[in-house]
Amino acid sequence: MTDTPDRKPRRRPGEPDVEEARLRQQAIGVKLRQLFNDVVNEPVPDEFLEILRRADEKSAPPSAVGAASGSPTGDCD
Amino acid sequence: MNPRADMEVAAEDRFRNDLVSLIPQLRAFARTLCGEAAAADDLAQDAMMKAWDARSSYQMGTNMKAWTFMILRNQFYSDKRRSWRQTQLDQEAAERTLVAVDDPASPLALDELRQALKMLPSEQREALVLVGAGGFAYEEAAAICACAVGTVKSRVSRARRALLAVLEAGGYDRDGAPAGDAMRSILADAERLSGSR
Repeated sequence: MTDTPDRKPRRRPGEPDVEEARLRQQAIGVKLRQLFNDVVNEPVPDEFLEILRRADEKSAPPSAVGAASGSPTGDCD
Repeated sequence: MNPRADMEVAAEDRFRNDLVSLIPQLRAFARTLCGEAAAADDLAQDAMMKAWDARSSYQMGTNMKAWTFMILRNQFYSDKRRSWRQTQLDQEAAERTLVAVDDPASPLALDELRQALKMLPSEQREALVLVGAGGFAYEEAAAICACAVGTVKSRVSRARRALLAVLEAGGYDRDGAPAGDAMRSILADAERLSGSR
């Protein structure tokens, strides 16, 4: 009812939707990063470091073992 | 003492430290590929060990994050090929979780997004995660996925449209209706609208 004929071509009916879709996409992007970062911020399970440590010991060349691996932790198994 | 051996030890230490610092990222990427947390950690551990075993082929100073992500992704797909039956089961499990609230404490919106992500084709999901959350440029994501840059761009935009369509449609049905079917038809619509190649 308030539409003036000369305004119509400037304001295409699709535009508000496009803008809204863009905002929604932005919101999804924020949540996607949050989802990812939630896992990034979890403490790393000990298992990971344990596996790496074991592999490290196994792969150390026999001649370098004494010099390279500074402290063989005595108490803990 | 042999100075060359010293250098190798130092380089190895640096490699190990860098690898350890990437573990949180690898776990996050694995979680988006697998969905299920225990399976994702198995995958991330396998990838970490593959990277460690391949340390002599890594070129110091190149993008180690991209390198390890590529290893993890390859591992994921070779596991998947080895057991397509398991993949089938995973898909069914993903659909079942559409009607189950796995973590009541997590905000609903995040949970919805998590479920919607699971319904995307894996190549769209990984492209979106690498670019949209992993902090990779399109070029880096293309290298990780072994495809063209344009392919990554189109996968990311299709993934975005599909997610939007799924979330707009209210995501999933908590009353036990066949949510898998509904989701499939929403995704098919989104795919058609975005003009699949």
